[in-house]
Amino acid sequence: MRIIAQGYPAWAFTGGVAYDAALPAVLLLHGAAMDHSAWQWQSRYLAHHGYAVIAPDLPRHGRSPGTVRTSVEALADWAADLLAALGRERAFVAGHSLGSLVALELAMRHPGRVTSLVLAGTSVPMPVGDAFLAAAKDDSPAAHAMQSTWGHARLSQLAASAVPGASLLNASLRLVERAAPGVQHAGLAACNAYAPDPARFESLTTPVTVIAGRYDQMTPPRAGEALAKRIPGARFVLVHAGHSMLSEAPGEVLAAMKTAFAGAPTGA
Amino acid sequence: MTHSPPKPPHPDTLAVHAGQSPDPATGARAVPIYQSASFVLPDTDTAAALFDMEIPGHVYSRLSNPTVAVFEERMAALEGGAAALATASGQAALVLAVLTLMGKGGHVVASASLYGGSHNLLAYTLPRLGIETTFVPARDLDAWREAIRPETRLLFGETVGNPSVDVLDVPAVAALAGEHGIALLVDATVTTPYLGRALDMGAHLVMHSATKFLSGHGTVIGGVLVDGGRFDWDASGKYPTLTEPYEGFHGMVFTEESPVNAFALRARREGLRDLGACLSPMNAFQILQGLETLPLRMPRHVATTRAVAAFLAKHPAALRVHHPDLPTHPDHELAQRLYPAGASAILSFEIAGGREAGRKFIESLSLFSHLANIGDAKSLVIHPATTTHFRMDERALAKAGIGPGTVRLSIGLEHPDDLLEDLSRALRASQK
Ligand SMILES: Cc1ncc(COP(=O)(O)O)c(C=O)c1O
Repeated sequence: MRIIAQGYPAWAFTGGVAYDAALPAVLLLHGAAMDHSAWQWQSRYLAHHGYAVIAPDLPRHGRSPGTVRTSVEALADWAADLLAALGRERAFVAGHSLGSLVALELAMRHPGRVTSLVLAGTSVPMPVGDAFLAAAKDDSPAAHAMQSTWGHARLSQLAASAVPGASLLNASLRLVERAAPGVQHAGLAACNAYAPDPARFESLTTPVTVIAGRYDQMTPPRAGEALAKRIPGARFVLVHAGHSMLSEAPGEVLAAMKTAFAGAPTGA
Repeated sequence: MTHSPPKPPHPDTLAVHAGQSPDPATGARAVPIYQSASFVLPDTDTAAALFDMEIPGHVYSRLSNPTVAVFEERMAALEGGAAALATASGQAALVLAVLTLMGKGGHVVASASLYGGSHNLLAYTLPRLGIETTFVPARDLDAWREAIRPETRLLFGETVGNPSVDVLDVPAVAALAGEHGIALLVDATVTTPYLGRALDMGAHLVMHSATKFLSGHGTVIGGVLVDGGRFDWDASGKYPTLTEPYEGFHGMVFTEESPVNAFALRARREGLRDLGACLSPMNAFQILQGLETLPLRMPRHVATTRAVAAFLAKHPAALRVHHPDLPTHPDHELAQRLYPAGASAILSFEIAGGREAGRKFIESLSLFSHLANIGDAKSLVIHPATTTHFRMDERALAKAGIGPGTVRLSIGLEHPDDLLEDLSRALRASQK
């Protein structure tokens, strides 16, 4: 589906069914150098179970043109405009990695817009190593390999995939390789630079679920747990996956999302 | 500035471990043979979600099976692909690739030096469905280019042609494919991922007859098709099966669902579902047993092949010896570049005395088995002029690159001295 956000076209996956403005909205935000297909399984399930799924490709990612945004705050404003363009007052919002920070910032900047917040593969701060940033700055294949390798459970290729016949690691590598020049670096740098005042977490009125991967090498589970502890009432869920839990443990992530959305006090 | 990426596991490790965790139900370390046609659906909502591809999992073994999936994921890992699909045979892998990409009116450009079965499919069977193929000499890039038409949907060749042993310039043909927005499928049966990875060379899809070196013991028929995940189907605009809604699966647009796995998704959701040429769990297990020792077997296959090639090159009864590792072979330099560890365990040669000498030679061998296969632990021999191509006259044979005295060998794992002794004796007998 095409949407005009901040005056520019954006493309969003709707989970394989036509977008229905009458259904409660779920906004799914992907991570650095990824696209909507990071949420492939959850999008399709939710779209077939009573939700209007909006899984956009962030500006300059996937099928969305435009200029790459270089901060979490700028992406949060873009996401708010995207919801406004669809006439949505409220939505369930889930984000993964960079997308989790965008979702968090969206909920803090625009209270009332986010009915329930799901943060997967997250930590605040979300430091990115110098070597990784430098490789991404050069659009080096090493940076693609770092993201896909560290983005999955250690030695994930040596274990059975959650998706029969797929190499989740190689598939995510291919997705990162497709990113336009500068896109991976912009995303990683935005993660690295994001430093919200922790006092703002106190003001969050939205129910929050933090999903962490037991084998996450990028945002370790203890970082996710620490964030959950700083957000009043946040629920913490540990799943059997690395950082790419959306595909490594699609069922566990979906179950946590279903609980989060079903338990929300107001609809979207 | 140079950046060092994380080191992936070596192919030897992938060959033993990729795609398998100890069985969660029993702790079994070996790959269990899940000899089950179907899998219990826990509840109706999960059942519906599985059928609709809203959650991944096994439903019915024609679509996917846990034992078969280990083989698929191991091949995806070894080839560096995004996904793989196991098929009932190598032949089925080729059918699956072609029919996933095109229908009536589609056109294939293929190398002329192909396995006979692939040639049959492309030259005789697919035209009945309205899919035409133009065959071009593998080495002639201009011929590849000139054969491409607006309706061309696939370029196809073998990494090292069987039985002609010529080497496909995969990077050059891949570049041509890229220029035209057409996918390149490579049959890597003869080289295996151990000697060279076709996806790294630019191919978009790779297939194997797993019957051969992958299983390695001449025990099973099987195949596999690997999706590299790099081809941009949307940008090409030539593949409506992947970029437009598919009525056969609730209007799914495969490139929307997953831009990097679109081909594999459709090949499974349509091709395995409807054509039905799936691999059995038992055969997948046998292939996996072979795959575990692929990195041990291939160097031995190749080293003995080189010894045989060197021996034949000096033998007066062997007029011309065709193997890319020989400096006299026209593709020698290309082979050195693409397959530095060796270009195959297949070789052919022209025997002095033609058809009759060929017959005597084969009948005098005792270690080499006379049969139609390659890639066995046992050494194999065939004489095309008296077997697979026996109806052709000398002119037709010459056109196919087969002389009346052409003999093809597939070198096994026996001790090289014993093989040389067998060859030496049979060559002597052939000249009497
Ligand atoms: C190079 C090559 N490709 C494909 C095939 C077909 O494979 P299968 O016999 O497993 O169907 C063969 C079989 O001889 C082959 O040698």
